[in-house]
Amino acid sequence: MSRYILKRILGMIVILWCAGLVIFTLTYLVPGDPASLLLGKEASQETIEIKRHVMGLDKSFLGQLGSYMYNTFVRLDFGESWVFSSSVISELGVRLPRTLIVGLAAMVLNVVFGTLLGIFAGTHEGRWQDSLVMIIAMVFVSAPDFFVALLMILLFSLKLNWLPAYGIDSWKCYVMPILASSFGGIAINARQARSSMLEVIRADFVTTARSKGQKEGIIVRKHMLPNAMMPIITGVGGGLAGVIAGSPVIETVFSIPGVGAYLLSGVNQHDYPVVRACVIFFALFASIAVLIMDLCYAFLDPRIKAQYSKGKKVK
Amino acid sequence: MAKQKGYKKSSALGEFFRRATKSFSSKLGVFLLLFIVLACVIGPFLSPYGVNDVDLFNMYAGPSKEHLLGCDSMGRDMLTRLLYGGRYSLALGICASLFGAALGIIIGSIGGYFGGVTETVIMRFMDVWSALPGTMLCILVSNAMGSGFFATVIALTVGGIPGTVRMIRGQILSERSKEYIEAAQSINCSSPVIMFKHLLPNVIQPVIVTTTMGIGSTMIMAAGLSYIGLGIQPPNPEWGAMLTEGRTYIRTNPHLLLVPGIAIALTVFAINLMGDGVRDALDPKLRD
Repeated sequence: MSRYILKRILGMIVILWCAGLVIFTLTYLVPGDPASLLLGKEASQETIEIKRHVMGLDKSFLGQLGSYMYNTFVRLDFGESWVFSSSVISELGVRLPRTLIVGLAAMVLNVVFGTLLGIFAGTHEGRWQDSLVMIIAMVFVSAPDFFVALLMILLFSLKLNWLPAYGIDSWKCYVMPILASSFGGIAINARQARSSMLEVIRADFVTTARSKGQKEGIIVRKHMLPNAMMPIITGVGGGLAGVIAGSPVIETVFSIPGVGAYLLSGVNQHDYPVVRACVIFFALFASIAVLIMDLCYAFLDPRIKAQYSKGKKVK
Repeated sequence: MAKQKGYKKSSALGEFFRRATKSFSSKLGVFLLLFIVLACVIGPFLSPYGVNDVDLFNMYAGPSKEHLLGCDSMGRDMLTRLLYGGRYSLALGICASLFGAALGIIIGSIGGYFGGVTETVIMRFMDVWSALPGTMLCILVSNAMGSGFFATVIALTVGGIPGTVRMIRGQILSERSKEYIEAAQSINCSSPVIMFKHLLPNVIQPVIVTTTMGIGSTMIMAAGLSYIGLGIQPPNPEWGAMLTEGRTYIRTNPHLLLVPGIAIALTVFAINLMGDGVRDALDPKLRD
């Protein structure tokens, strides 16, 4: 098992490395010279040249790429923001918890409520409970998350005055962002969980369990759920990456100064060290999510486990 | 051709349509979507108002007999703008999904059919590509390419390609050793002919399902892009851009926000219902 984990982590490092390459190239290709955009129209040609030299923009593409890759992945130095001249990594450290609170809490809601609703709908197939859950799920799959967020602001902040509409001053501020970013995921997970429950609900082993008089609750928990779990885990992993990746929009709606908002400010102000660092963070997060998901597969699926323990014996 | 008695005439396509619209919800989806598309195509011609007709006497007007959905901050008729903007939104969603599917199919077919080094290179490249979350790529590409229609289509396309490539390649893996491919090779068919004429019809089904479903999520992503200040921008009457314009007036005139938001949600709802129908129609397990 440890060999499998090691192999996956090595693969992840290579992928992140390549992701850095792609990000650098994409930001390099953006039209417009960051130095002159930063200094404004009044700046003289010489000032711009000096600024370009300080920012390292006067080097060739390969030279810039090389020093970027060396700094980022060897010295783990993400540089300084061009606009604020502050260290990107310390800014990320301040902003990261805010994004993670929203992301992880939304993800827990996704898993718990999504799976439970899906199982509930699946075990009541064809009855009104099933239709009701599926219609609600369909509505939330279809509504853009920021529109749901705006509707929540309209209802809870402006009409009822229960929750603050923006900021991060108290725990109350996090309630709506978490809910708004979890609804879509809950709906997707519920649909996924329902359809994988339906795959096993007519399986022979379920009929056997029923015919020997097993209680319905135990059939669902012990017989159906383990067999329906694989697609649900896939959905959860994708959901985690999705919640974190969707953070720029949600953080814009609720004015949360998190990583997503940091990325957008970097994009709008041509502050590429910020953009690169944020995207690397998102890529890292996405690949950790995939890694955890694959480890869950390996842990739960006896076939993958057997493959790796067999490999050990041969060596 | 002699007519066979006792058999119902049915083509593969007719059969597909019959099965795709079997359930009530997928029928509802198809009709709703047809209605929305027709309204967006024909509506602006029937409207007495122009898209950008400013009417300062009716600023922020609520729904009334003259203006069914009210007016916006410049007194422009919301219904007219909504229908006109629907063309943008629908076209964005459909173009980006189809374009993404086409690129994914081509790359995936090349990787899957040729195998060997080509396949390894393409698949490793896709691994890197998908390491960056789709939304991030979309933001970066949209930032790099500007806010035109075509630029936004490209930005919306890039995130979904690796998924399609993997799907097509996975399907081809299980098909490429079958006899009909060997037969085609033995009569000296060229590789493109085998890939796109013989192989493609057998591997395309899951892509059809994800592409249909994808139109909805692409429309949501397009609206999100407008919202964060990229993609198509106000004063263009694209739905996401209208929503962005409307959020400023959330306290005073929530209808400016509700109208485009509900339009997006309703359209995506219709597309998803239709997508469920398409999925059920193509699912071999549900075939009678």
